[in-house]
Amino acid sequence: MLDAIGLSSLDELFDRIPTPVRLDGPLDLPSGVSELEVVEDLRALAGRNRSADELVCFAGAGAYDHYLPSVVWALAARSEFSTSYTPYQPELSQGVLQALFEFQSMICELTAMEVSNASLYDGATALVEAVNMARAGDRGRVLVSEGVDPRLVETLRTYGTGPGYEPEIFRARDGRGGAPEVEPDVAAVIVQHPNVLGILEPAADLFAAARAGGAKAIHVFDPLSLGVLAPPGELGADIAVAEGQSLGNHLAFGGPYLGLIAARAADVRRLPGRIVGETVDVDGEPGYVLTLQAREQHIRREKANSNICTNQTLMAIAATIYLGWLGPQGLVEVGRQSAAKASYTAERLTELPGVSLLHPGAPFFKEFAVRVPLPAAQVVERLADQGYLAGVPFPAAGEDVLLVAVTERRTKHQIDGFVAAMGESFT
Amino acid sequence: MTEVGAPIRRQGPARVGTILDRSVPGRRAWSLPSLDVPEASVPEEHRRASAPQLPEVGEVDLVRHYTELAQRNYGLDTGIYPLGSCTMKYNPKVAETVAGFPGFQRLHPLQPASTTQGVLELMWRLEHAMCAITGMARATLQPPAGACGEMTGLLLMRAYHEDRDDARRRVIIPDSAHGTNPASVRLAGYEAVPVRSDARGLVDVGALAKLVDGSVAGLMLTNPNTLGLFEEEIEEITGTIHEAGGLVYYDGANLNAILGRCRPGDMGFDIVHINTHKTFATPHGGGGPGAGPVGVKEELVPYLPLPIVRRGEDGRFDLESDRPRSIGRMHGFHGNVGILVRAYAYVFLHGADGLKEVSELAALNANYLASLIVEDFPLAYPESRPMHEFVATAKPLRDATGIKAMDVAKRVIDLGFHPSTVYFPLVVEEAMMVEPTETESKETLEAFAAALRRAAQDAREHPELLREAPVTTPVRRLDEARAARALTLRW
Repeated sequence: MLDAIGLSSLDELFDRIPTPVRLDGPLDLPSGVSELEVVEDLRALAGRNRSADELVCFAGAGAYDHYLPSVVWALAARSEFSTSYTPYQPELSQGVLQALFEFQSMICELTAMEVSNASLYDGATALVEAVNMARAGDRGRVLVSEGVDPRLVETLRTYGTGPGYEPEIFRARDGRGGAPEVEPDVAAVIVQHPNVLGILEPAADLFAAARAGGAKAIHVFDPLSLGVLAPPGELGADIAVAEGQSLGNHLAFGGPYLGLIAARAADVRRLPGRIVGETVDVDGEPGYVLTLQAREQHIRREKANSNICTNQTLMAIAATIYLGWLGPQGLVEVGRQSAAKASYTAERLTELPGVSLLHPGAPFFKEFAVRVPLPAAQVVERLADQGYLAGVPFPAAGEDVLLVAVTERRTKHQIDGFVAAMGESFT
Repeated sequence: MTEVGAPIRRQGPARVGTILDRSVPGRRAWSLPSLDVPEASVPEEHRRASAPQLPEVGEVDLVRHYTELAQRNYGLDTGIYPLGSCTMKYNPKVAETVAGFPGFQRLHPLQPASTTQGVLELMWRLEHAMCAITGMARATLQPPAGACGEMTGLLLMRAYHEDRDDARRRVIIPDSAHGTNPASVRLAGYEAVPVRSDARGLVDVGALAKLVDGSVAGLMLTNPNTLGLFEEEIEEITGTIHEAGGLVYYDGANLNAILGRCRPGDMGFDIVHINTHKTFATPHGGGGPGAGPVGVKEELVPYLPLPIVRRGEDGRFDLESDRPRSIGRMHGFHGNVGILVRAYAYVFLHGADGLKEVSELAALNANYLASLIVEDFPLAYPESRPMHEFVATAKPLRDATGIKAMDVAKRVIDLGFHPSTVYFPLVVEEAMMVEPTETESKETLEAFAAALRRAAQDAREHPELLREAPVTTPVRRLDEARAARALTLRW
């Protein structure tokens, strides 16, 4: 091959690299090893983690241990999906394109919104994109409910330093509600519902206030609540975003997850990321293509509203298959069981001396915040020793506040065991 | 391969309904245990009014449908996928095996560090491997994709200047740059200033010098650049920016070309992002997930996003979040950890020697393939030797026959291969950007070259074969204008 290109050594392929910047020795890394050695190395590392298979998981705060049926990754992991690129040659990519069209359709159905896209990175960055959609002209300010997950607010604050906005928090009362002052320079009002404490917000009222003031109402939702709870479209949201992990994706220590976004049809040209549309081929047969590309970075470059290139297509395909597995009844059942089990867990936990709901009387869905008689981080450590992921400490509300999430996956037996172990941990 | 005049064979039925079309009322795939605790009531005003239209199908319906869709898709496991600038190399299966270990796959992101020592150590080791490969001091693994890595790098650049009370507003980008560069620059609150390429396809150093002043926050550069050419005056380029007080950002899109040969840090770059799917063969999933770790030189370490893995003196790991000068948070959790596990497997499978060989074979394959097709598709910059990818042009063919690069690509599909990137970079007319990668064999390269040459011959002798192509695919050329006009984006 070297002969064919008129060279005598591989080194000549690199002779354009100026001598002073060439690497003298090898990279400071070990030499390559066999596949077997890699597997053993990673098996050892994996073995030093205690997974949600070993610990009964009551942790949530944005990532949830819902049941993931076998069929999802048996299909999503097919290499025609997993080893393909962004579908730039649609004739060779009808599988991915159609799956994404189905994904967009299902997200619209789930949210009762009009348009969606082919996914974003995760829930936090989806919120950033939603804010970029909402900010226009003289409307630049971003009002955020106190009930929005602080890690989402932190992400927003980080990305906001570029365009030059800072999220402004409006206070809630007893863990919910609040009165955003929607002045003419406000671009968006963001409400998480159920909120970070799991509490149901008066979302319809807050969105109505946002829209009355001319701002976009942004709903951060929980996709698996929507069999039971009113969806963003029914509540009057303009833009709906979510962390989509619970739709058929692994916990995976925080990623890869997927960001969901849905909006009203009038805003479709401000929607970020890849969008799949249906069309016909030269024979009039139906097919799918990436569409509205004139919005995107590869066409608009510095005028683009988003820099999204890679998204989370494979996670979106998994979500599509999972929603197909659930169907409308399964979606209701997951929500119903999660809510019932969370309610039962809260009731049992608060029977323990020193444990009380942070906001007694506030309606919640599948997650709730309790005060515990020790620092929450310490409770979590002690419970891990007993085989439980007890929840996520929520220091923003106090060192003694613990967020507890319960999915349909937990059994009464596990919950009773958890409550008993919690009780013992205080002594 | 389809012979000229062979009967047209379309793969499978042209029409495949959506999963909703398979819906039968009452049918279901889901199963869950019966509820074993008392029912909870959801307040009336919070209940959903309308049921979503989701499919009602059995598990076997799901399996048949998505298997059929998979079969209507081309992946790397199907064949060569020589998209220039995208780097579609074979994804070793061992990476899937290890990423599937429950000890990684079933970890909640907010578990206490006492229960996640293994994954934190993996992240620590991977961060340091990334730094060794790029010549950086520390790195964040948080950005979930390359474009997010760009944004991270630019916000780091911004924090660095602001910390010095130095208000700068412009970032210089070569005119051949990927579209994410200018888009990221704008989102970071900067103004993108293009610098032109010279006749060799390299940054015009004279033009660059004229653009640089105290208002320049930095320069973003890919090296080898987007034309597959090494920026030979790299030291002068980075020196010019540094002299004016700016920082130099390395877009890692082409890092796979120089592994073990040179490092961005040694070339004078201050910030580097890495696309794990390009350099470390993590599968790209039909457009994602990716991962875009960002490495920085020492003076930028205080600004890295939170959290960052810390190793204590006792050898235990935790996530450090008390860093007051940090830019903040680029991802809801810790980035695409499942992808980072795969990248780790790739890096340590290959090691220092194997990674160097990766770049050698990538360059050898690209140059060999270029030599096989150059007669029909000349290099856009014949004076400069390409590295891991090359930009050829179909302009002579178009001038002679009226056949365009896109027609060639569609004919290549009928001849059994995924075509190269076409019409990128924008600065080359009828561009065909080809990146075979190191994982393709000599035989595959020759077969792909034969298809390209055949397409050129067909363009001269049977141009209708190119204009009508593809005819062997589930659908033929699609009406993109209609898709954008009629806008059917859901069922």
